[in-house]
Amino acid sequence: MWEYTDKVREHFFNPRNVGEIENADGVGEVGSLACGDALKLTFKLDKDGRIADAKFKTFGCASAIATSSVLTELIKGKTLDEAMNVTNRDIADYLGGLPEQKMHCSVMGREALEAAVANYRGGDVKKHELEGHVVCTCFGVTDVEIERVVRENDLTTVEQVTNYCKAGGGCGGCHGEIEKIIERIQGEKVGMHTPPVPRKGKKLTNIQKMQLIQQTINEQIRPALRAHGGNIELIDIEGDTVTVAFRGMCAQCHLAEFTMKDVVETKLREFVSEDIVVEEDKDSVEEGHVHKG
Amino acid sequence: MKTIYFDNNATTRVADEVFEVMQPYFCELYGNPSSMHTFGGQVGVRVREAREQVAALLGCHPGEVIFTSCGTEADSTAILGALAAVPHRRKVITTRVEHPAVLTVCRDLENRGYHVIELGVDKQGRLDLDELESLLDDDTAIVTIMAANNETGTIFPLEKIAEMVTERGITFHTDAVQIVGKIPLNLSESPIHLLSLSGHKLHAPKGVGVLYVRKGTRIAPFLLGGHQEGGRRAGTENVPGIVGLGKACELAARYMDDENTRVKALRDKLESAILAGCPDSRINGDPENRLPNTTNISFEYIEGEAILLMLDRFGICASSGSACTSGSLEPSHVLRAMGVPFTAAHGSIRYSLSRYNTEDEVDFTIEKMPQIIERLRELSPFVGQVHV
Repeated sequence: MWEYTDKVREHFFNPRNVGEIENADGVGEVGSLACGDALKLTFKLDKDGRIADAKFKTFGCASAIATSSVLTELIKGKTLDEAMNVTNRDIADYLGGLPEQKMHCSVMGREALEAAVANYRGGDVKKHELEGHVVCTCFGVTDVEIERVVRENDLTTVEQVTNYCKAGGGCGGCHGEIEKIIERIQGEKVGMHTPPVPRKGKKLTNIQKMQLIQQTINEQIRPALRAHGGNIELIDIEGDTVTVAFRGMCAQCHLAEFTMKDVVETKLREFVSEDIVVEEDKDSVEEGHVHKG
Repeated sequence: MKTIYFDNNATTRVADEVFEVMQPYFCELYGNPSSMHTFGGQVGVRVREAREQVAALLGCHPGEVIFTSCGTEADSTAILGALAAVPHRRKVITTRVEHPAVLTVCRDLENRGYHVIELGVDKQGRLDLDELESLLDDDTAIVTIMAANNETGTIFPLEKIAEMVTERGITFHTDAVQIVGKIPLNLSESPIHLLSLSGHKLHAPKGVGVLYVRKGTRIAPFLLGGHQEGGRRAGTENVPGIVGLGKACELAARYMDDENTRVKALRDKLESAILAGCPDSRINGDPENRLPNTTNISFEYIEGEAILLMLDRFGICASSGSACTSGSLEPSHVLRAMGVPFTAAHGSIRYSLSRYNTEDEVDFTIEKMPQIIERLRELSPFVGQVHV
């Protein structure tokens, strides 16, 4: 059983704005019966160009239905440009979060919105159209879509990409290409960001400390690990104790303890605080599939 | 809210009688059966009695019963142990619809250089025995085919398969986890070499299973260590679990008739009423050769996880082969192997009953199902637009 928030359950059991608007100004369709989830979004504009009404019909799980319901709530009253600023993250946050494996439902909501707006602005096509070249042939996901979910959600592993847009969830033949996209986007991000400023003895607030730890991991530590087929995940921060888990090749590496101290802890002490102590969360394993008995 | 449990192919409640006989073996009779003292020795006697109870249900000799920690361990022991005994043979035959406890082992063997063949099934989940026969040769080390499918309940012609395989001098293993306690077995009259069962599927606790090894079957131990189980499976015995399993087997024999009459009638009533009350629904599996407690029904245009959550709200427990339920992106490998269209596979629900289910529970579910299906179809964009 998935751990759904009360908000997800509420929007699943009592979805808002179910149905189809007749003579809608915009119609957007995404997904299919074969994929296991699909969404049809319709909206009507008022005289000021704001979304006066939005309705949905969804085939899918509780997350798909709840995210569709929230999407309609979020876009009502907005202009199309304002609505287009709604991200999948906004939808998920509104619901108090979604299980990682269900994040693709929030992405489906955003794609349906884009298709509906494109339909209003450009006419005939209602279906969400693929942009770019198809990377994942099993689920028909393009490089453009993958780049987008990586960029918008700061994704660092193929598994996360699969959770967000299904790419890589079939035969696995596209994992290499997805890896390359992740590396490129993360590399760009490192170039775009100002590198973390080493601490100057000034006391950081908890929020600042957490942000600096995350930034240091993303920019100073992860690229080095990824180069060797590994990865790192931040699990928890409690005071000066930072708990991380190694992924990929690093998880089986006999030098993991050395890496933990000599790379991760050294970098965090350099850029965050000399008091940082790094611990490995050995119990943290990536979730497997539900057993069907 | 009362729980209505229709997920007995996933696990079962421990029978009161089973729980009762287990209790002394935690805090009072906690000795090690291998100990030389009387305190441990009396526990050893009880393990022997449990072995006899299991053997009585299976229709075999107690010496052919090896206690394991679960059905999965029994499967791994059977397959890997049989392969170790014939290292020169490199071919393994199984089916595409096996439980992951067998399928994953076989796919791992493929990575290790074995030639693994997964037999397909037809639309009702049935095997092509002619195809199986054509594949048997001198390089075949083991054929491992389940007795009944956990998702659809489809029963395979076990004796026919076992005969076909064993007369070619090939080891035959069956994962019988779903069939033991539901369908009578008499292994002394059967050519089956290896059979796995799991305690928690027949009202014993989790954490205990059995591998039946026919006398004379060559098999290398999987767990090495002490001399327990005649040197065939090392590790201190899970005495409470084993005692519980013995009792559960005794009860299963007693309730076998109930399973095949009253429980089957409840399943039939549930199935036919749901099919009648919910348009565009269909049975997955062999309608004839099926476990008496299992029905797997697909509902077009809607998704299984959503159905399960709606059922859960009424306290009804079932399971689904939909992708969303498992966290994978594809629906059940069993339904796909049967060629069930994706549209139906995503909307599949399995109800699996037990002797603890009542007519009232079935009636309550029959009353609720059409409302749930109708509600979810109101949300679906495909109703009235797609014809399957």
